[in-house]
Amino acid sequence: MAVVGRAALILALLTTLFGIGASIYGARRGRREWVDAGRRSVYALLAILSVAFAILEVAFINNDFAYNTVANNSSITTPLFYRAAAMWGSQEGSLLLWVWLLSLWSSLAVFLTRNRMREVVPYAVSVLLGFGAFFSSLLVFFVSPFALTSPAPVNGAGLDPLLRNPSMMIHPPMLYSGYTFFTIPFAFAVGALITRRVDAEWIQVTRRFALGSWLFLGLGILLGARWAYYEIGWGGYWGWDAVENAALMPWLISTAFLHSVMIQEKRGMLKIWNASLVLGASTLAIVGTFLVRSGVLNSIHAFGASTLGVPFVILITAMVTGSIYLVVSRREVLRSEHQLDSLFSREAAFMLNNVLLVGLTFVIFWGTFFPLISGALTGTESEVGAPWFDRYTVPLALMLVLLSGIGPVIPWRRATLANARRNFTLPLLAALAMLVASFTLVPISSSPATVALFCCAVFVFAAVGQEFWRGWRVRRATSSDTPPVALLSMVRRNRRRYGGYIVHVGVAVLFIGVAASATFQRSHYVQLKPGQSDVVAGYTMKVVRPTAAIVTDPTSTGALLTLGAIVRVSRSGHYVTTLHPTAEFFPDPSGAEGPVGSLIGGDSVSELSLDSSLRRDISAAIDAPSVQQAIQGEINRANSLVNTDRVGPRKRLTLSYVLLAAIAHGYLTNTPAAQFKLTSSPLVMWLWIGALIVFAGGLTAIWPTGGATARVRARYFARVAQELGRA
Amino acid sequence: MNPGRKRQMRLVVSLTLAVLLAAGLIYTSFSAADEALTPTQLLVRAKPGDDYELTGTVVKGSVRHLANGVLDFRLADRAGGARSVPVSYTGAVPDPFRVGRELIVTVAKRGSGFVAVSGSMVTKCPSKYSPAKSA
Repeated sequence: MAVVGRAALILALLTTLFGIGASIYGARRGRREWVDAGRRSVYALLAILSVAFAILEVAFINNDFAYNTVANNSSITTPLFYRAAAMWGSQEGSLLLWVWLLSLWSSLAVFLTRNRMREVVPYAVSVLLGFGAFFSSLLVFFVSPFALTSPAPVNGAGLDPLLRNPSMMIHPPMLYSGYTFFTIPFAFAVGALITRRVDAEWIQVTRRFALGSWLFLGLGILLGARWAYYEIGWGGYWGWDAVENAALMPWLISTAFLHSVMIQEKRGMLKIWNASLVLGASTLAIVGTFLVRSGVLNSIHAFGASTLGVPFVILITAMVTGSIYLVVSRREVLRSEHQLDSLFSREAAFMLNNVLLVGLTFVIFWGTFFPLISGALTGTESEVGAPWFDRYTVPLALMLVLLSGIGPVIPWRRATLANARRNFTLPLLAALAMLVASFTLVPISSSPATVALFCCAVFVFAAVGQEFWRGWRVRRATSSDTPPVALLSMVRRNRRRYGGYIVHVGVAVLFIGVAASATFQRSHYVQLKPGQSDVVAGYTMKVVRPTAAIVTDPTSTGALLTLGAIVRVSRSGHYVTTLHPTAEFFPDPSGAEGPVGSLIGGDSVSELSLDSSLRRDISAAIDAPSVQQAIQGEINRANSLVNTDRVGPRKRLTLSYVLLAAIAHGYLTNTPAAQFKLTSSPLVMWLWIGALIVFAGGLTAIWPTGGATARVRARYFARVAQELGRA
Repeated sequence: MNPGRKRQMRLVVSLTLAVLLAAGLIYTSFSAADEALTPTQLLVRAKPGDDYELTGTVVKGSVRHLANGVLDFRLADRAGGARSVPVSYTGAVPDPFRVGRELIVTVAKRGSGFVAVSGSMVTKCPSKYSPAKSA
């Protein structure tokens, strides 16, 4: 089957090359049949890559260790669920996933625009296929997922235990969907610029695709944050890690675009800016892919494989120079139709929002690439660290949250004093009330940024709430709908507007979670034995008793030994919850740790135990390396028991398991002290709730519910009525 | 002032502001950054009071979990070599922390050894498919 897979990849590369040629030829000569052939190449690419993807996935599921990538990233002891996800634990597998998702989303884009933008689409198709060609050739010439070893090893190395988390199934595909989706707005922008058709239809199409990529990438980032929150030593939900930053940058730029494109729609302004934002966001998405895959920067996601650096740098350079050339050479079609009327207008608010978002991106870009920059300038690489990021991102984020309350209520063109009073009185009063309330709740001097954020968030709630209330009142007055139906139909009639407002509320809620947990989180690292306890932020956490399990691990990740503790949490004498943190130990395939040690001498993983509520998260984790060190003496003794001449080779494995059980039993009866991480973190839940609100709002804005067809029908009826009236 | 002139002024003022802000940002990034050093470089260059980003591999037999929650270990150059530096660390230890693994930690010189900033340890994903390692 590997031959078929490799043939499929070569065929995929040929298909992309054919499609590019056909599209461009068809567009230049005005030959529809060639343009159609180019479009069908996208669908063909999806079909061909699906075959390759399926072959590799089957190889992973069937433990076909003849495939190098399977042998390096999976094993017999890896559970089925993680074998299926192990494919994108590897360099070549994740590139295959990338290009497969690219063909999937490109096909969707080509399908949705099959009857639109006839001039632009052929060029967009050839750009999309160009990305396909790039990634296919990486798989054909640089890292082959179908490389074989003969004879096949009997077992593989196994999926890295750190990746054995249900998030592995969804976070990488979602993030890659975001990254690949970003090629679509890029392709359509390039197509529109080449054909000089940067018109209203282009905006309409690009806006939807930009919103789609924004949603996918946002969801991917969120899933990653959620995963990192559960993993000890990944810096919590956000750690300013290079790869996290890489995903955030295109997302921020596309956020800017989604706002400024409205100015172009309504006022015909900022065309150069918008085109640059689209092109920039997509280029940053490729930079993000590059950072994940190349390992040029220190990161927790350091999947080092430097072979891909050069091709990626070539691609990124081509994207940047091509974008600059197109924008500069097409500047006459990008001329602004209007000027800014006033600094107190929605346009100005949007522009400020854009400046802040681009500034924020610049800060993150500079900080992320600082090791390379300083290395080039001073000769020694230096890193700026989280405090440096916080110094700039906190004030910028505060201003952005505030703007997300101002934007929805400030009028277009020019705000007058009268409508300022009408729109801002209530939100300002609400923010002031919050300020007063926070004096009584927290010492303001300890966390001015947090208090300011709370006030800004309340400002947003009041401003958006006021908009909803006014729209609802009008809707109720003008229709006979019942109040809840009136609210729904109001949102449905202007999905983009109210979807956007919902996103703003979600962002404010999300930042409440971020600010509160960043300021008021308390963590203790303590060494505890059963019976001992520690107090974290008023919560008494007592280790009640140890737990141990061998072979059958509770979370079915494939660990052979799981040691843990039952931790009882109480607050001023009242029972709160029970936590069960564990340390999981995985086999060491090299066998270097002796017969017993190798059963558990591979990687170890701390499983966090978390109790979440709307008010606070309480969690406990056992430090796996400290547990391992504590039982190392027992393991050494067990190794020497098995390694005697009296034990035949057949009995060794059985005896090793028996001794492992004895070690587990010994842990229960004579538990050594282990290192615990105990954490209390208020309001983190609101981060996830806020993110869900953001996505609900995004979906509301993007949802295609015949809005377009209804409008076409309405226009048709209007014309018929006009004709009838004339008759 | 005519509107064209006014716009030009506005543009100049905002661009100047942007350049000034960017200059400030760039200046602070150089002053706030910690040098990324290998253990050998650290032994030569470390001055008391400065923080450094130390990258190295954990030396076999050097790891000690002390009763007060402190983790002591030594880091050596990734490329190998006999020289290594002692590090005292407190805070969350990432799961991949093991003998022979590469990690990054922020340290400051204290006496003859180095004390790590609490919770600053970052371990690199043990990448099984990097060509350098399989060779």
